[in-house]
Amino acid sequence: MKSAVIQLPGLNRDRDMIAALTKVSGRSPVTVWQTETEIPDVDLIVLPGGFSYGDYLRCGAIAARMPVMKAVAEKAAKGVMVIGVCNGFQILLESGLLPGALMRNASLKFVCREVKLQVANANTAFTRSYAPGQIIRCPVAHHDGNYFTDSKTLERIEGEGQVVFRYVEGTNPNGSINDIAAIVNRGGNVLGIMPHPENLIESAHGGTDGRLLFESVLGKAA
Amino acid sequence: MTIPNTIRITEELVAAHGLKPDEYQRILDLIGREPTFTELGIFSAMWNEHCSYKSSKKWLRTLPTSGPRVIQGPGENAGVVDIGDGQAVVFKMESHNHPSYIEPYQGAATGVGGILRDVFTMGARPIAAMNALRFGAPEHEKTRHLVAGVVAGIGGYGNSFGVPTVGGEVNFDARYNGNCLVNAFAAGLARTDAIFYSKAEGVGLPVVYLGAKTGRDGVGGATMASAEFDADIDEKRPTVQVGDPFTEKCLLEACLELMETGAVIAIQDMGAAGLTCSAVEMGAKGNLGIELDLDKVPVREERMTAYEMMLSESQERMLMVLRPEKEHQAEAIFRKWGLDFAIVGKTTDDRRFRVLHQGEEVANLPIRELGDEAPEYDRPWVAPETRPALDPAGLPPTDIADALLKLLDSPDLSSRRWVWEQYDTLILGNSLQIPGGDAGVVRVEDHPTKALAFSSDVTPRYCEADPYEGGKQAVAECWRNLTATGAEPLAATDNLNFGNPERPDIMGQFVRAIEGVGEACRVLGFPIVSGNVSLYNETLGEPIPPTPTIAGVGLIPDWSYMARIAFPEEGQAVLLAGAPENWGEHLGQSAYLREVHGKAEGTSPPVDLAHEKRVGDFVRGLIRAGKVTAAHDCSDGGLAVALAEMSVAGGMGAHIDSPPGNPSTAFFGEDQGRYVLTCKVDDVDELLDAARAADLSLFTIGTTGGSELKLGDARAISVTEIEEAHEGWFPHFMQD
Repeated sequence: MKSAVIQLPGLNRDRDMIAALTKVSGRSPVTVWQTETEIPDVDLIVLPGGFSYGDYLRCGAIAARMPVMKAVAEKAAKGVMVIGVCNGFQILLESGLLPGALMRNASLKFVCREVKLQVANANTAFTRSYAPGQIIRCPVAHHDGNYFTDSKTLERIEGEGQVVFRYVEGTNPNGSINDIAAIVNRGGNVLGIMPHPENLIESAHGGTDGRLLFESVLGKAA
Repeated sequence: MTIPNTIRITEELVAAHGLKPDEYQRILDLIGREPTFTELGIFSAMWNEHCSYKSSKKWLRTLPTSGPRVIQGPGENAGVVDIGDGQAVVFKMESHNHPSYIEPYQGAATGVGGILRDVFTMGARPIAAMNALRFGAPEHEKTRHLVAGVVAGIGGYGNSFGVPTVGGEVNFDARYNGNCLVNAFAAGLARTDAIFYSKAEGVGLPVVYLGAKTGRDGVGGATMASAEFDADIDEKRPTVQVGDPFTEKCLLEACLELMETGAVIAIQDMGAAGLTCSAVEMGAKGNLGIELDLDKVPVREERMTAYEMMLSESQERMLMVLRPEKEHQAEAIFRKWGLDFAIVGKTTDDRRFRVLHQGEEVANLPIRELGDEAPEYDRPWVAPETRPALDPAGLPPTDIADALLKLLDSPDLSSRRWVWEQYDTLILGNSLQIPGGDAGVVRVEDHPTKALAFSSDVTPRYCEADPYEGGKQAVAECWRNLTATGAEPLAATDNLNFGNPERPDIMGQFVRAIEGVGEACRVLGFPIVSGNVSLYNETLGEPIPPTPTIAGVGLIPDWSYMARIAFPEEGQAVLLAGAPENWGEHLGQSAYLREVHGKAEGTSPPVDLAHEKRVGDFVRGLIRAGKVTAAHDCSDGGLAVALAEMSVAGGMGAHIDSPPGNPSTAFFGEDQGRYVLTCKVDDVDELLDAARAADLSLFTIGTTGGSELKLGDARAISVTEIEEAHEGWFPHFMQD
């Protein structure tokens, strides 16, 4: 099982992600710098969280136009697994690899706290180790996590099971539509998730609820 | 077209630079001629209070700054302390008070940026941040605006940079109405064999400018920070710098990458007084001269004068002396991160600080004298008046349960969740304890068991009533908070915030507080390894209360034996360590007295440092032996508030016995050197024996469990009600 972590200036949860992938898979991921036009042969590509290009212009907008993102899109088209967490999710949206947009939190404030997520679709490559409807703990840390899309797209992604995690009622930290916390593309190989499962994978984190996400995807590709 | 440097130096111009007539005379004597306009700016930058410590130096020298683990004490960008295994923790706290009052978001943000830069300049990757904030009365018209802006600014910078904020303080007091305090702390991890210093070495070597471009922002900032505020404060807004955390994050990665290559001889960040201070510091420390060519400085504005470039406080910049053979490698790293890299000068052997601009020499000054010959004052001071002790018997009786709820719902004792949920407390994946406990704890990456604890403390109302005892208490509380997690307190950084030192009463507060801080540090073996002094915290003659913030670092050898504050399990014993027979007796200057009785009377609680040390060492020993299941120090609000916090954190109540004496003093007294502990019932006798053997007091005072907290004969309060009181005040105040 081989993985790659994309690095862009301003991303800052790359270290967390590299540690999580190494701990779960037993292998260090390769890192790929923004100017690379080719990504090595891997089973999983991860866009970690942070503030690529300072979130200037619009979260993820500048990063989505870097050379490496063309390579990510090519790999995704070939069925390689891709995860974008937080700013990585925003970059996937700006790249057009996932539908919708992430707006400023309804509170207009950055929020870092633990929330509860419900597995909305346990039948994906990223969630198959969870039970259907399972409620898990997971931290969030973001300023722009308020997911939104037009009603037609919303109907489609809801209808086709593309919503994979929802904030449990009363814990939605950002006002996202239908409490959406994570979605997959139609092909089921590209995941965008706002919370940070990589920060809840070992006892030092106070829980391991995020670990099963990585076990799901790493297990399948292994 | 050249920009002139020939402005006539008048008395008014000298005064506008914050220089007194005798200080200007000193300049004339030193250089034997009238300074140029740029030179006057340079002197003003180097000789202001903020950069020269001219009023405080004499007293700072009395602080203990060394110890077996101290690698670098005060005088560098940050202090360095050995934590074993070839690793060191690098840390410092610094104020950004004046800028934060003028422009709260950018003032606080650049305060965080500055302290992070101090840490990574030394080769350390930042792993934790804290902040100590003091605002005016909640009902004051500016307070809410300042709280919102400062908190957003700290989060905006720290979150984007990518450092977890794991601790801090927030206080409200009308005495900060015109002058809030923003003290920012950062700590980083480095290898002991790869610490970088600011001392330049070698003649004729390139001086390299790194990072962001120079603009006009912050020109004269350090001089502004060395004066009192007057009614025209809004006009000072242009002296506040603007932060760019994205550039800082890139600068961090580029600097650490460059340091790995062995190219760096000396490095200094550009903080207060920017290019001037950093260049002078590197040259003076190395006993060398520095020549700068301002035409090579990357600028983002046109037609900047030499004066403006030398005094700009644009953020995210560094100055470095480089090994010439590594120049291309170094430049490639900075280009990769999209940062400026320019050779702007060289080291010389003549100990002169020479500045060239458009072919003209605009400054030529003796470099060592700029720093070393700065004026130093032994300012007159008067000892603060001692206050009469409070007689608790004179207070009307109160309902203990109602008083507790009132305290928990008060500005100073309510939960700070509203604040710290705007900070990323989890990034880097090593946070073991986030705000809400006694100390923030972060595990040491790549080590199986080690962790570092961080706490920031001071109780300004104690310092106001008795600066000496208050200074002692600030150190003791910090030491105690670290101890309560099981950490061995290693060293501390001090951020001394006071009013105008030219007033003998204020100078007296400063002197006595430093004496108290020094005494506590000596007895507790807790040296001060870095720090910052912020004076002139006054508006229209109204000074702040003396506020010597102490931020400390502790080492936990094995975090699987770490204590938290939460009641862990039903049916465990609750114990009180280090208390007098009647559990507590000192109500003078207590939160209870202020919130419930509306009085600010009496003396500060005295700190018996020898007792503090013995109790702390005892408690730490129990934690490390795995005998204690929870620990929490008693501080503001006394025993009752400590128990309430343990209940809320654990989601369970406790039944506490009736105290032997007056319930108000037992539950709300703020006697120092006390800890609340829990343990398994089977271990109680062993713990009591151990305390007896150590000649320390340890009382069993109750049992955990149930959904209510019952304090002696008072009515039981549900944990839900306690939590609502505790969590309610801040969001309500901020109108969320």
